[in-house]
Amino acid sequence: MSGPAVGNFPGTDDDGRAVAAGGLTVVRGRVPVLRDLSFSIPAGQITGLLGPSGSGKTTLMRAVVGVQRITSGSVQVLGLPAGSTQLRHQVGYVTQSPSVYPDLTVEGNVRYFGAMHRKGAVEAAEAIAAVGLQEQARQKTADLSGGQLSRVSLACALVARPRLLVLDEPTVGLDPVLRADLWGRFRDMAAHGTTLFVSSHVMEEAGHCESLLLLREGRLLAQLTPAELSRRGHSTDLEKAFLHIIQEAAEQPGPAAGDRKTLNGKPPEAESRDTESRDRSVR
Amino acid sequence: MDAVMMLATTRRVLEQLRHDHRSIAMILVVPALLLTAVYFLYENETLPPGAPRTFDRVGLMMLAIFPFVVMFLVTSITMLRERTSGTLERLLTTPVHKADLLFGYGLAFSIMAALQSLVATAVAYWIFNLDIKGPPGFVVLIAVINAVLGVALGLLCSAFARTEFQAVQFMPVVVVPQILLCGLFVARDRMNDVLEAISNALPLTYSVDALQEIAANAEATEQMWQDAGIMGAIVLGVLVLASLTLRRRTA
Repeated sequence: MSGPAVGNFPGTDDDGRAVAAGGLTVVRGRVPVLRDLSFSIPAGQITGLLGPSGSGKTTLMRAVVGVQRITSGSVQVLGLPAGSTQLRHQVGYVTQSPSVYPDLTVEGNVRYFGAMHRKGAVEAAEAIAAVGLQEQARQKTADLSGGQLSRVSLACALVARPRLLVLDEPTVGLDPVLRADLWGRFRDMAAHGTTLFVSSHVMEEAGHCESLLLLREGRLLAQLTPAELSRRGHSTDLEKAFLHIIQEAAEQPGPAAGDRKTLNGKPPEAESRDTESRDRSVR
Repeated sequence: MDAVMMLATTRRVLEQLRHDHRSIAMILVVPALLLTAVYFLYENETLPPGAPRTFDRVGLMMLAIFPFVVMFLVTSITMLRERTSGTLERLLTTPVHKADLLFGYGLAFSIMAALQSLVATAVAYWIFNLDIKGPPGFVVLIAVINAVLGVALGLLCSAFARTEFQAVQFMPVVVVPQILLCGLFVARDRMNDVLEAISNALPLTYSVDALQEIAANAEATEQMWQDAGIMGAIVLGVLVLASLTLRRRTA
């Protein structure tokens, strides 16, 4: 293992890292979903997790939250192993499909998840306001639109005021105005010290992040900034830049030389078999 | 255990139920209607002088069986939804203890069961003049323990179903054998050895036994308390098994 982030474990948040993973590998059944990932997520920033559908984004997020059984390697969150009891107050997780109770009101949902963190009506009202659903607060969640539903789900995580917020595709199905609004909200939270780890398969959203993890077929292609992405991918269009980097990686099997943050330690012959099994690894 | 989280869970489950008028009707009204049907089934029976009415025996046992069946059904579906919708996984990333969830569920449905049993028992006593020696309070107590048994088994069984259709399939497997062998149709001492042994292992048997004790005695008997104790122990055992199916970390 040659990842630079692995050297100084255990990573505490004192050195500015909210999450530090070393050699993280997840095999589901016999299908490798994540392979030997080493990376870190800086505290108080927005880090984007980008990659095509089926690349292992959700599994990686679940590993950070601590609900994913991992095969080998380690994930440290705020200086503790992911999933530690002490972290349950500090890590918020919003799953891709909204996980709320459709037969409760918006307020009922947010109040309930707030109660798990000893938060009351005031915090619940703030969280509902933060996602712009004040007017729907007393409506039954089942009667809301898809975009509103995912914002209820987000409010249920915001109410706990977590230090690390893990968001799996939070902007899917939202209109452009709301999407911009939500990213503004995320930047605001980061400015106040919250660490955000946000996945997306829409490359244009990468521009909102300060740091990016590029994932493809369970491997980390690179960890870089949006500016570095467009420079390395020779395009200001981040989608084109990403495609370019993927092509480059396909042309040069093995660790991409010259990128200090590319941590790809697996032999290239594993690739063809993995491509076949990729569909099954999609959660 | 954390009282705040447990009570929040109880409140949430009751709140969900409040929006579901049909389930409320099933819990509160249907048992009383079925009891009415049982009463009129035996309305014209000819009895030798001094013999107790069949309704006094069967109706009484129905009072214990309704909450068990209804709560099993309602709980297994509610919990299955919790498991498949992602809300359970989300809850388990919060500081909530598994016991808070399970007891929160148990308490919510016990409250509903107590209401159900009050309605059904009141109908049995006041409208159909149910004639037993023991006090109705004990009948309600046994009914509530039965309801909690239904809740515990429902929580457990929901772990082995992937869809609501599969959850309903547990009815004939888990519920019907207990009704057949609990002593409602054939007295347990007249069953063959194999069936009696199976019957001894099924929890509903003990509640029927307890009700027979209440029917035959004006005061609570030792046997009744023993039956209630066995039921309580089985409920706790099933809840512990159910808690093992709540996993914070999954593959």
